[in-house]
Amino acid sequence: MIRLVQAPFDPGEALGEFCRDRTETGAVASFTGLARAESGRTDILELEAYPGFTEREIARHEAAARERFGLQDTLILHRTGPISPGEAIVFVAAAASHRRAAFEACDFLMDYLKSRAPFWKKETGPDGARWIEPTERDQDDLARWETQ
Amino acid sequence: MLLFGRLADLAGWREREIPAASLAALRGILAAEDPALFEALQAPAVRTAVDQTLVNLDVALRPDSEVAFLPPMSGG
Repeated sequence: MIRLVQAPFDPGEALGEFCRDRTETGAVASFTGLARAESGRTDILELEAYPGFTEREIARHEAAARERFGLQDTLILHRTGPISPGEAIVFVAAAASHRRAAFEACDFLMDYLKSRAPFWKKETGPDGARWIEPTERDQDDLARWETQ
Repeated sequence: MLLFGRLADLAGWREREIPAASLAALRGILAAEDPALFEALQAPAVRTAVDQTLVNLDVALRPDSEVAFLPPMSGG
């Protein structure tokens, strides 16, 4: 399930909720991305989504991850709007029978979210504002999954 | 028509109604009106969605079609 959220959320609470009542799961892995202050260069991060389109595109990749890794369940929470340093931007959790699939699914989903998911990210700090686009490293990270 | 990310900053607007019968006609209108925006929309990294579906070629538009121009995406 993908949820876009406007307000700050507690990743620990999201993980607790995701783990509840799973007697046949065996493995839950999760990843939390936090907004960085970049040594004082970023005061605020702003994330824009294309409502409807963004959720559908992410759901498509979530379905691909479920099939590829044989997952039982996934959860993606993604902030939109203004985000302060230290707040969680993204939370990904994957449930599987065994740990390897759960770890790899989080890695796969994060590589997709970093460089292909329909979000636009702007950093504002003392030196002004700049749009953040995927780095070469992000592209290489995603390419790992295409060759396997 | 919808603009996202740096394209909206460049144009100075995010959403407008523009009468056009096709994507090519829409680009023609923009070329005459705002050459800098037109140029930015031509970049290979900018994707185009019509009614929330990505398209690669010219398509016909209906009066209620929603056209979105999407610069490089980055989440997480």
